[in-house]
Amino acid sequence: MVHFKENLSKKIAPLAALVWRFTLKYLRPAILLTALIAALVSFVYPFAITGMAQALFPSQANGSLVYKNGKPIASSIIGQYWTQPQYFHGRPSATTNLLGTPSPYNAENSSGTNYGPTSSALQLEIQTNIAELKKENPDVPANTPIPIDLVTSSASGLDPDISIAGAYYQIPRIAKARGMTQNQVRQIVEAHIHGRFLGIFGEPYVNVLELNLALDQAQHK
Amino acid sequence: MVFTLNGLAQIAIYFIILLLLTKPVGLYLYAVFETKNTWFERVFHPVERFFYWAGGVNEDEEQNWKGYTISMLIFSGAGLLFTYAILRLQNKLPLNPQGLPAVNPMLAFNTATSFTTNTNWQNYSGETIMSYLSQMLGLELHNFTSAAVGIVLAVAVIRGLVRHNTQRLGNFWVDVTRCILYLLLPICTIYALFLVWQGVPQTFDNYVTVTSLEGFKQVIAYGPVASQEAIKMLGTNGGGFFNANSAHPFENPTSFTNLVEMLSMLVISAGLLYFFGKSAGNTKQGWVLFGAVSFIFIIGAVVTLGAEQAGNPLLAHFGVNQVSHGYPLAQPGGNMEGKEMRFGIGSSTLFTTITTAASCGAINSLIDSYTPIGGLIPMVNIQLGEVIFGGVGSGLYGLIVFAILSVFIAGLMVGRTPEYLGKKIEQYEMKMVSLAILILPLSILGFTAIASVYHGGYSQISNAGPHGLSEILYAFTSMTGNNGSAFAGLGSNTPFYNLTGAFAMIIGRFAFVIPVMAMAGSLAQKKIIPAGVGTFPTATLLFASLVIGVILIVGALTFFPALALGPIVEQLLMLARKTF
Repeated sequence: MVHFKENLSKKIAPLAALVWRFTLKYLRPAILLTALIAALVSFVYPFAITGMAQALFPSQANGSLVYKNGKPIASSIIGQYWTQPQYFHGRPSATTNLLGTPSPYNAENSSGTNYGPTSSALQLEIQTNIAELKKENPDVPANTPIPIDLVTSSASGLDPDISIAGAYYQIPRIAKARGMTQNQVRQIVEAHIHGRFLGIFGEPYVNVLELNLALDQAQHK
Repeated sequence: MVFTLNGLAQIAIYFIILLLLTKPVGLYLYAVFETKNTWFERVFHPVERFFYWAGGVNEDEEQNWKGYTISMLIFSGAGLLFTYAILRLQNKLPLNPQGLPAVNPMLAFNTATSFTTNTNWQNYSGETIMSYLSQMLGLELHNFTSAAVGIVLAVAVIRGLVRHNTQRLGNFWVDVTRCILYLLLPICTIYALFLVWQGVPQTFDNYVTVTSLEGFKQVIAYGPVASQEAIKMLGTNGGGFFNANSAHPFENPTSFTNLVEMLSMLVISAGLLYFFGKSAGNTKQGWVLFGAVSFIFIIGAVVTLGAEQAGNPLLAHFGVNQVSHGYPLAQPGGNMEGKEMRFGIGSSTLFTTITTAASCGAINSLIDSYTPIGGLIPMVNIQLGEVIFGGVGSGLYGLIVFAILSVFIAGLMVGRTPEYLGKKIEQYEMKMVSLAILILPLSILGFTAIASVYHGGYSQISNAGPHGLSEILYAFTSMTGNNGSAFAGLGSNTPFYNLTGAFAMIIGRFAFVIPVMAMAGSLAQKKIIPAGVGTFPTATLLFASLVIGVILIVGALTFFPALALGPIVEQLLMLARKTF
């Protein structure tokens, strides 16, 4: 028995030494460096960026909120759901609430349709969007080509922008609802065009909220 | 295919800027890892020393390939467990202002694996599942560490190629620490502030509620987005703060941020190619590989642009206008389903080509809604092994595998022992190369086959017809490739996909890199033999075209049958106006 124990300890001792060496060589740096890197990149870094961001760019750091009479009405870069005829409307939005029920421009749950190009759901969606668009804009001549962005869902479901053609398409409706001339509305659109970055990257567009705020302002004058 | 002048110009200008950045970034990488004389030594050296002291790391002791690889595996494993614990306990931990519950075990395992392997496949919607603490500590940690691990593995493989008569490949702990302190953190700090300036939020406040002009209430999710966005792109991680990823206006508000995000995905991988050439003592060796992958990259970008700008023929008879127009009636035209207005077609398709060339996986448009050919290119980019620049680090060591395969094939043609950078490529190296090349398709095609016949797999597809197969194929391609982008219609938050996906991601990361490290370890021990008349020169245009050929042929032989059943047949059916 004694003999056996001696044998066992002879076998265990080198094994234990090996485990200890392994721990020192690999586990210690793995655990401690993970902890230190975590402290650095998960706390120091984001809090330092937050401090600097809040000091340098407070509006953008807090969501680019737009206020009216002291109350926040929107973020200037997050799209909203517009239904009334006197406002420009944004693109179709496929966002849902947490139960999966459609809830357009839900800024808590960004998403698109994910419909594939040959899916019949896509066909149906676009036909529905076209029908709705035509119903909302009865004064647009029937053969006017429909700008593609007005009847396709955006990737985020929170697209704040429409194409310039998409804005022009809505001018007759808005002018009528507001008692303005189409020319007046067109001037507002043209004054708010965002060009491409460096004239090359991205697409020209108009921001729906900017247009709608400008419309309200023009009418109050 | 329809091409706009503007779309082609976007590709050209982007590529020129990337080209101009390659050398300075490469030189900086060289200063970080080899000469250790960056501009930040004085600031960060005390921090660095403290890290080594705490971790018991001897700064001057270098490891052989086994030591380096084991350190990497233990480090990754520790991080994986750590993140799993955070996600499971987020309801009991601070910084959870929304009061979100713990993440379920399968999803937590999948997510922890996903971020550890630099995949950042997301089976969840960030704003509804993850607390601020989980995003910051559980996920952001890996955004840095998994990127650093990829980069230092590439550095170690390069050392294996260029060193001789040694076993030493560097010290993993030193390389990782220096990568984070001197490379990733300084760039991310400036990058994050740039993003905030452009409109990306950075706050710890609770979500804000606004009331629109029409009286609708809208709850707007935000948080510390900019700090995460910077490393998400620079580290080719790709895991977004929001579900819509870089399509969300808070992650990517302008075409300016979009351009910078596109550059940041490839700039380190491009710089590593320069670093490789410089280490090898002949920058041409790096530029040759740069040229080879640029060629494939540009073809991919142009084809994706053409496919998407052409639009969807199935919509033609609805009276919608899919033709691009300039002022005054400016509109992007093309297939705008699942794309953002500010990016249009050109900036969306270029981003998609880049994100899949790199192992990034961030998206600024929904690839599921791309036309079949438009969605084929991103899938092929990943299936080629993500060597078209590739993810930070992983792209480079993947490309070196193909370079060695190319010299081997050239050697077979002329009947001489192949050499690369003065090292004889022998049986052992070729075994490791073959192993690495075969592992990825085995995982991609194997798991896709299982999911296509197993109910738990195919029941989750959201689009019928060949597009359904594309969804599954893309999922396992993306996870094995550690990319993380998705045909997002697939309902992949199920036990089956969480588990198989986690294994695909582990195989793609670790089973691939171990043979590559073994090869590097073996090459480091060899002596340099001077180039003779029979040596196939590898700093030539001929070698670049051979590399292109090998990459494309290996990819085509492996994946063409699967692609034929998915996107290719779907494109033909779409042209025949068939819907599902």
